[in-house]
Amino acid sequence: MPKLYSGAEIVFKCLEDQGVSHIFGYPGGAVLPIYDELKNFNFIKHILVRHEQGAGHAAEGYARSTGKPGVLLVTSGPGATNAVTALTDAYMDSVPLVCITGQVPTHLIGTDAFQECDTTGITRPCTKHNWLVKDINDLSEIMHKAFEVATTGRPGPVLVDIPKDIQFQKTKYKNYRKVKKLNGKSHDNFSQKNIDELIKLISKAKKPIFYTGGGVINSGPKASELLRELVYATGFPITSTLQGLGCFPADDNQFLGMLGMHGTYEANNAMYSCDLMINIGARFDDRITGKIDEFSPKSKKVHIDIDPSSINKNVKVDLPIVGDIKSVLTSALKTLKKSKKNFSKSNKHQISNWWEKIQKWRSKRSLDYIGSEETIKPQYAIERLYELTKDKDTYITTEVGQHQMWAAQHYKFNKPNRWMTSGGLGTMGYGLPAAVGVQIAHPKKLVIDIAGEASVLMTMQEMSTAVQYNLPIKIFILNNEYMGMVRQWQELLHDKNYSESYTAALPDFVKMAEAYGCVGIRAKTPEELDDKINEMLNTDRPVIFDCLVDKQENCFPMIPSGKPHNQMLLGPKDQKEKKITGKGRTLV
Amino acid sequence: MANSKSAYSVAGKKQKNDTHIIVVWVDNEAGVLARVVGLFSGRGYNIESLAVAEVDQKENISRITIVTTGTPQVIDQIKLQLKKLIPVHKVADFKREDKNVIFKEMALFKFVADSEKLIKAFKACKNFNPVILDETKKSKVIQITALRREIDKMSKNLTKFGLVSVSRTGAVAMTRGSDVFK
Repeated sequence: MPKLYSGAEIVFKCLEDQGVSHIFGYPGGAVLPIYDELKNFNFIKHILVRHEQGAGHAAEGYARSTGKPGVLLVTSGPGATNAVTALTDAYMDSVPLVCITGQVPTHLIGTDAFQECDTTGITRPCTKHNWLVKDINDLSEIMHKAFEVATTGRPGPVLVDIPKDIQFQKTKYKNYRKVKKLNGKSHDNFSQKNIDELIKLISKAKKPIFYTGGGVINSGPKASELLRELVYATGFPITSTLQGLGCFPADDNQFLGMLGMHGTYEANNAMYSCDLMINIGARFDDRITGKIDEFSPKSKKVHIDIDPSSINKNVKVDLPIVGDIKSVLTSALKTLKKSKKNFSKSNKHQISNWWEKIQKWRSKRSLDYIGSEETIKPQYAIERLYELTKDKDTYITTEVGQHQMWAAQHYKFNKPNRWMTSGGLGTMGYGLPAAVGVQIAHPKKLVIDIAGEASVLMTMQEMSTAVQYNLPIKIFILNNEYMGMVRQWQELLHDKNYSESYTAALPDFVKMAEAYGCVGIRAKTPEELDDKINEMLNTDRPVIFDCLVDKQENCFPMIPSGKPHNQMLLGPKDQKEKKITGKGRTLV
Repeated sequence: MANSKSAYSVAGKKQKNDTHIIVVWVDNEAGVLARVVGLFSGRGYNIESLAVAEVDQKENISRITIVTTGTPQVIDQIKLQLKKLIPVHKVADFKREDKNVIFKEMALFKFVADSEKLIKAFKACKNFNPVILDETKKSKVIQITALRREIDKMSKNLTKFGLVSVSRTGAVAMTRGSDVFK
């Protein structure tokens, strides 16, 4: 007679089989049987958060910095609903999460029992798939399938809802068997013909550009290596979305910086004027394309993506290639090397005019800002932070807003999986718990959350988690007392009606740090900034760094609403030099 | 520039809408219909009619037939998004004008009238395979199978013969000839 395990034990057996070492969670009535078993499974370290949303973002940070799925365990009702923001965030940014929720006992489902909610109903649109376990005999299979769905194809969150009585019931444990295909869902659908066509387009292009996104990072570190190889082998310029930063070294000459609403002048103009656009693992998001009708009007477009539904969703493309970036790039490189030896040299002349044009755009220096000796400019703060941390293998998370864009513009990433930010959903409060997750996965590394004072207050309670587990995360707050991005939009689009975007009663962040039992540092002038940053870096405990920055600074360059890529709004420096009047001013 | 006062772009030109019949084969499990329907409502797609029932008891497969309208781009998205759902096996898509596909809807009509009108009512249905399912001196329940627009027309025209209640299904579809959709 084989050994019988309780549902709670089976949960842990499955986690063990799936190689899970950390779970983020918060106990409650409907998951207590699972928490009971925790002590018997030493391979799992449970990280107690302070709010279920924090568990979700921490699991996201863990997943994004490691490439492994993040796991969270929360209770029924409010536990599940609190996790919904994090699940949606993970769904939008394709982060593999497995969320285990407790549920009221089977016989009480549908009776509005205490802490009952329709968890699978609520999370259906924000997960790749979810399951309500109604029979103990299905539990192990569902758990394993959950991991499979979360990590294959385009990754994303899944949820397993386990009623309390199922957690107590006993059955045999079924080992993990890798199934061949999930209902005929295959992910590599491209042929050599697609690749040949791609190489043909590459060899004919006079004004090419690579437009890369988070898909490259999701495909694993090898995909980033292959991408670099391909970019060097072609000599083409490359730009990246917010999520793709790090898959190509930002200090390389071929890199044009980030593109999109707050992207660089050279990247956006190159996207507008190119004759060949090769989209690798990006999704033509509306922050990238601007006005769709005028998006890169003269280019042939190639779209390489693992998700067939991403193809032609927003922008019609000429050559779709559905597949894992890693395998597509492997084939492309093989074909390129075979058919065109020394392509980057032989092709140099063909794209030389294009590069000249790009250099001209580059000479605009669109990320420049007007410096100051009295107040800390937020861009300057990020620049200094970068200079003082670039020799360390630093992991950066962010909240959402101006500071996030400045971080993306001024912090230069050279490796994948070092940049964790909420792009699709734009979740304020993402960065702090994400930093907790990153630090759990990389205990010895430097982890910094570049934050805004408004965002960070949304999940500030997780500092308590950081202190409990001795996680020396650094919360670098660019404090301008405004919801900066809201303030900027109000200034530029809503006639300077600063409705409710100023926070009048902010806490004293230094004292707050002390109250949490960590270290608070404040920088007020550019002069003391370097010393204070160094003080932060030399502190082996969690730090809240309150960096008081210019309150009025706006994030430029910017593509105003409803405008194509070639009509960018540049920063005050450029506006001053050129004294924009008349037509130019209407862009604002 | 018209100040849109928005950080989102303004809507572009609208393309022409076509009517399509989408057939989806799914695992017959709890919540599967909600997943399919939720996908439509969540992404702002249309559902004109919907019919669903289990068609393979051994394999536990249900067949969902959805009539929808959308631009070619939207129809493509509907198919691709449906294929991503875990319980979905395959998705077929037919244009309503497609000559190789049979579409049928069933309707039940209840008439309450004198015998003369009841006879006329039955005669009016004669092109649409009428079956009398229930009969009294004062009433008749007639089943017909026809196209959507034919049933629309019938239910309008038959009021004069004492039509008091209409119940109808969504469209179901099948290809003509020996071919089977794989």
